Amino acid sequence: MSELVALDGVSVHFPAGGGGWFGGPKRVLRAAERVSFAVAAGETLALVGESGSGKSTLGNVVAGLQVPSEGTMRFRGKVLDKAGWKEARRAIQIVFQDPFGALDPRMPVSAIIAEPLLIQGSADAAARRARAAELVEQVGLPMDALNRYPHEFSGGQRQRIAIARALAPRPELIVADEPLSALDVSIQSQVLNLMKELQEQYGLAYLFISHDLAVVNHLVDRVAVLYLGRLVEVGAREDLFDHPSHPYTQALLNAVPRIGRKRARGQTIKGEMPSPLHPPAGCVFHPRCPKAADICRIDVPALLPTGRGGHDAACHFRE
Amino acid sequence: MSRLEGAVSPWRLRRRRFLRHRAGVASLGVLGVLVMFALAAIPMQWFGWDPDATDLFARFDPPSAKHWLGTDEAGRDELIRLMVGGQMSLLVGVLATGIGGVVGVLIGLCAGYFGGRVDAVLMRFTDGMIALPLLPLLIVLGAVDLTKLGFSRGFAHSGAAGFWRIVVIIAIVDWTAIARLVRAATIALKERDFVRAARASGAGAGYVMTSHVLPNVATPIIVAFTLTVGRVILFESVLSFLGFGIVPPTPSWGNMLNNAQELVISAPALAIYPGLLIFATVIAVNFLGDGLQHAFDPRSET
Repeated sequence: MSELVALDGVSVHFPAGGGGWFGGPKRVLRAAERVSFAVAAGETLALVGESGSGKSTLGNVVAGLQVPSEGTMRFRGKVLDKAGWKEARRAIQIVFQDPFGALDPRMPVSAIIAEPLLIQGSADAAARRARAAELVEQVGLPMDALNRYPHEFSGGQRQRIAIARALAPRPELIVADEPLSALDVSIQSQVLNLMKELQEQYGLAYLFISHDLAVVNHLVDRVAVLYLGRLVEVGAREDLFDHPSHPYTQALLNAVPRIGRKRARGQTIKGEMPSPLHPPAGCVFHPRCPKAADICRIDVPALLPTGRGGHDAACHFRE
Repeated sequence: MSRLEGAVSPWRLRRRRFLRHRAGVASLGVLGVLVMFALAAIPMQWFGWDPDATDLFARFDPPSAKHWLGTDEAGRDELIRLMVGGQMSLLVGVLATGIGGVVGVLIGLCAGYFGGRVDAVLMRFTDGMIALPLLPLLIVLGAVDLTKLGFSRGFAHSGAAGFWRIVVIIAIVDWTAIARLVRAATIALKERDFVRAARASGAGAGYVMTSHVLPNVATPIIVAFTLTVGRVILFESVLSFLGFGIVPPTPSWGNMLNNAQELVISAPALAIYPGLLIFATVIAVNFLGDGLQHAFDPRSET
């Protein structure tokens, strides 16, 4: 598989007040810390983690909505600069979580879908309308949807519109930022199946951001687990689900409710994720980790191979 | 409209929605008639109708074959004065609102979208404008000697100078409310996901402002514009009353209404005609605004 997009040591820091004349010391929110991962053409990589783990921030970096504070992003092997982004913006599209905020209420659906083509100036008005009509059919909406406005559609239909817009410029990667979590369960599976079909048809790659491991299990090839802005484990889906190496991943998988299984006591994660304003020293997971030892409070574990191919974990006691 | 037509451009959809709004379409017709009425003065003047010709033997004449709406206190024909005055009032209303509105929208958009220092500078400037007391400012601006600004003597004393003076004064004073309105709406809109999706596709500031922000703030802008047009036409009469801007004998609906105040007992018709025309204009503009709102807001129902 050939690498399509890769992040290389990407950190994202937000100023969080302070500084200036009277503000005291500057405070920095570390949303992502030296994260590296790659998405191959046609594959689906899931970014999973609790809220606040930096999943969406990294999605924004890949979609070009957030400039990283450190690190670089590669697209087809080339480090992206200003000129490179122009091509990358066509090839990378984004679908948001909230289907009610993602569509301009004052735009008819045809204009929404064809918008990326208009912005990139790659098609004239007639060609854009033709493409919009084609896409409406492809994502399973009725043809008369074209001249209607977003408020006339349900959440699932809106998400289909958002997907159609992302497809318009024939992208190679779609960043899907929790595209299902605002939808009803019955609608979730429909949209999920649509995304699967489109992937098979066009060889799309997805960067699928989610906290729902059941959905992840259904769709993705590889999983990257984030904790407090750090990548703690990455591996092929089956391998990672069957043999989680990092204690955080193990706890996360244990937290998934399953029918016919009593939840074992003591295996749930204690406490809450620390504030990204004051990350703990050493391994950021040590305050909640059942295996924490002295070394965890001092040394930051590196992301190293577990011994199974392509499966890395950042833990001093990886299994 | 057939059920299975292809995609239609947003502007065509908006036009359709506007045409379905009856009051809006009717108001457009009324405004059209008012403009025709005002413009009809031009050919009528070729045929010897003169808005300034006085006839002191025919003061306060009732309507007759010669003077269809009678004459005013100087024996001038009321009808042709209403027509010429209409040109002044409508032009002042549209131009002053338009210029002030465009300035306000631009400043609000830039302040809201770019934020930070641009916002701080533009909004402090706006606050400064709001803080200026209106009447002394008007008197100072009205008293500016245009020959000192490099305009020729002929222009400075012509009716056109008075007209432009009014347009500029109103435009300078009247943009602040629109600027604040647009700024607030822009700040709320620029972080919405549909704007971020457009930016992810490579949209620049200009595209986001014209395609996403403006249509979404169209409703309050239109309301502000329609309210301003009516106010400006009346404001013009206040300024004329104070002696700035359009000064008699050049007629405008505002100064005709003002002149008629003293005579309202002896010649009420002289107040009623311009009053009715201003009333019709303001009402029509408001309903036109309703129609435009309906066209821009897909959620509104007629």
